[in-house]
Amino acid sequence: MKKKNEFLYFAFRNKKLVIGFVIFVFFLVLAIIGPFITRYEPLDYAGMGSESPNFEHIFGTTFFGQDVFSQFVYGLRASFIVGFMGGGIATLVGLLVGFFAGYKGGFWDEMLMMLTNVMMVIPTVALLIILAAYLPYRGVEIQSVIIGMTAWPWTARAVRSQTFSLKQREYVSLARISGFSTLKIIMQEIAPNMMSYVFMVFILQFGGSILAAVALDFIGLGPTEGISLGLMMQNAVHWNAIQLGIWWWSILPGLAITMIVGALYFMNTGLDEVFNPKLREM
Amino acid sequence: MGKYLRRKILIYLITFFVAVTLDWFIPRMMPGNPIDSILARVAKMPSQEQVQILRSHLMKSFGMDVPIFEQYINFWGAMFKGDLGVSINYFPKPVTEIIKDALPFDLLLTVPALLLSWVIGNKFGAFAARKKRMDNWVLPIWYIISAMPYLWLGILLSWTLGVNMDLFPVAGAYSFSREPSFSWEFIIDYLHHWVLPFLSLFIVQLGGWAIGMRNMIIYELEADYSRYMETMGMPQKLIRRYAYKNAILPQVTGLAIQVGLLVTGALTTEIVFSYPGIGYLLNQAILRQDYFLVQGCFLFIIIGVLLANFAIDIIYVFIDPRVRHSVGGDGA
Amino acid sequence: MSLKLDDLKVYYNTLRGKVKALDGVSFELKDGEILGLAGESGCGKSTLSNSLILLKPPMKYISGKVTLDNEELPIHNYKKMNDFRYKRISIIPQYAMNAMNPTVRINRYISDILTAKDIKYSDYEKELKRRMSLVGLDHSVLNMFPIELSGGMKQRMVMVIATLLNPSLLLADEITSALDVSTQKAVSKMLVEFRDREFVKSVIFVTHDVSVLYQIADKIMIMYAGKFAEMGNTEEIIHNPKHPYTKLLVGAMPEVGIKFTETPLKGIPGQPPALLNPPLGCRFRERCPFAFDKCNEEPPVITDKNWHMCSCWKEAE
Repeated sequence: MKKKNEFLYFAFRNKKLVIGFVIFVFFLVLAIIGPFITRYEPLDYAGMGSESPNFEHIFGTTFFGQDVFSQFVYGLRASFIVGFMGGGIATLVGLLVGFFAGYKGGFWDEMLMMLTNVMMVIPTVALLIILAAYLPYRGVEIQSVIIGMTAWPWTARAVRSQTFSLKQREYVSLARISGFSTLKIIMQEIAPNMMSYVFMVFILQFGGSILAAVALDFIGLGPTEGISLGLMMQNAVHWNAIQLGIWWWSILPGLAITMIVGALYFMNTGLDEVFNPKLREM
Repeated sequence: MGKYLRRKILIYLITFFVAVTLDWFIPRMMPGNPIDSILARVAKMPSQEQVQILRSHLMKSFGMDVPIFEQYINFWGAMFKGDLGVSINYFPKPVTEIIKDALPFDLLLTVPALLLSWVIGNKFGAFAARKKRMDNWVLPIWYIISAMPYLWLGILLSWTLGVNMDLFPVAGAYSFSREPSFSWEFIIDYLHHWVLPFLSLFIVQLGGWAIGMRNMIIYELEADYSRYMETMGMPQKLIRRYAYKNAILPQVTGLAIQVGLLVTGALTTEIVFSYPGIGYLLNQAILRQDYFLVQGCFLFIIIGVLLANFAIDIIYVFIDPRVRHSVGGDGA
Repeated sequence: MSLKLDDLKVYYNTLRGKVKALDGVSFELKDGEILGLAGESGCGKSTLSNSLILLKPPMKYISGKVTLDNEELPIHNYKKMNDFRYKRISIIPQYAMNAMNPTVRINRYISDILTAKDIKYSDYEKELKRRMSLVGLDHSVLNMFPIELSGGMKQRMVMVIATLLNPSLLLADEITSALDVSTQKAVSKMLVEFRDREFVKSVIFVTHDVSVLYQIADKIMIMYAGKFAEMGNTEEIIHNPKHPYTKLLVGAMPEVGIKFTETPLKGIPGQPPALLNPPLGCRFRERCPFAFDKCNEEPPVITDKNWHMCSCWKEAE
């Protein structure tokens, strides 16, 4: 109990963590309730084209008269889904692979690392190109799975090295001598120490997935249905929004992405300081 | 050392094999038939007989008249001969030639962006690691710029410096009215167009490198050997020099990884600025379903990434004595 | 007189206040003497040795004077101390095995640190090699990276490097603590050899292991909870301890050949006081079997004819 309180104590006092968290939650809330409060559907004709932000349309309208704010909040939803699912898959798969490789060592480690290295070099774009061709209709879920399946090598590597160092710590040897079964050792001795680390990795993967999705959507390899922030920017660029002065259409989506991912990075650094007393500012 | 190299080569060969196989797979997985799409573009509607002749001719030239497995083998053969087929949209221009035209633009954009951001980012990060006050405000900035999608920064720069302040052009690698040449005017015009896309790639990466180096330097400065040097009254300069030497090693590994990540970034940036690199080409090819061009671009990208990774892996062994030692090297 | 400490006080700045780690210690050390500095973890011995060579935050100099070779040692002045570091005062750290940069060749490392002190490597190369042979290190080691050496080799190398410039004072901070018994012997002997050959003038050997001190120290000083407890010749301290703590400490040492069932090891029950707000008077009185009411006052230092000093009220009687 005391450990948890100690964690919360430092967590609330860490500026980076708090600021990042607040910004993240702000956008999250917007993504959840936004679609309920907008008056328009994202792709509907909602007014005059290329209107700059005003009371009717707080983010203005697109070249075609669609409400940018409506597109924006639906796009936010898509981003959060990709971040959560893609980041989650990347963390989970990476955790399993990395942990197994680190704990077992030897042959398994060699094989899994070879697989990891091969996966690492193939750019995500490649797989998406193939899939884009093979699956004419794809949703956010498939995109998340692909992004997760190409991002797990990072988690695997990190978890593996953590496992190596933890494996050699004294209390693990002690447990082994005491005759605990392998599973028990994992659950009781190693897992608690890894949890904080894995959580931080998840945060980074969350951010990474969002960025990957934006890029892929922009190229045209994103979901075929619905709207996303990357897709908004693709349309904007395609219709020369910048040259025509319709900045709200292209700048605002990207700004949101930057803020969300930036907030995640802040949270990550803040958490690092909370978990590792050595890094805390005196 | 030998064992290490052999294992690395094995990994790269496997990756190469998998990648090339995937690459060959792509056109065959895309919806529709390349031949049908060409035929669809023929202006006049020839008679059924003529269509048949045309179709068989095209099938031959596209190599589709032999069984699948043979096509696969032929693909490997053709690739080693440098023949990547013919583009459909730029028919009858060979893919290799199209890529060759686009390659220099890509390299001139991505390589400087990668290397300069690395060098300057490292120096900057190392500097912030020891100046606490500067570190406090510059670190958040780096976090923010590394959180930006490349394409968005491109849009932002294009809007502010390009359209609003009219300092730089926002499309193309050179003015449409000019022809590429080695004249001064062309070079200046080219550089003028080069600035914004370069900055989009440079600034985002800079943040990442700076943060990484800053963390590494802090870690090294807290190591036992740094502490000992301080206890022995060594000047800060020497301690910092040693820390830098050790901290830069993981950054070199990072370079290899970054090459792979930069692909997508460069791709999107080129789209934003209509910059005629391979990324832009790839995008156009996807949109217009130009199968062989997609295949060729993809292949080029994969090979480039593999080569860069391999080169950096080799270099790394020579610069880090710890790796050299653990892979069974001598003390030389 | 090689080293003289006069009521040195060094505290630690922490979030919760000042920890009085070293609270007024005085002693003298002559040239050629090896002083063993012993005590429990947290007694202030490491603080003492560190403050003599590297006093930096969170350590804070409070008061007291240190004199080395009749010259005042400006331990509170970080910058001025640089002239002394390595040249006049040197240290073999507890982390000696990690003290060298793993990615720099040893000869390059030595060359760099000598150059930093305005000394040419070539001037010292011959002496360096001579000393390396003395401790059993082959000259080829100079061309290697630290990772290529074993732990023992690294420690010996650091010992040679630390003493290369013939410092007046050598601090050895728990250098045998992590070693097996036979290596402990070898390292301790090396230290004595350095002193005998006058590579170093005097040595302060910090450890919690009194048995090692018995082997090599000329004098032993016992510290407890940041304060001076007892100091005297090794023979005196071991066979004729005066301070109750020393008596218990010496009594707690295992003897070779005695089985536990015959004579159980005696520990010292209790724990040292926290040094954030230490108790007034003698700090050992809580655990002392001889404590009486006078112990609530600060005990004086009683010195007898053998220069055997003890800080205890019982001695004052």
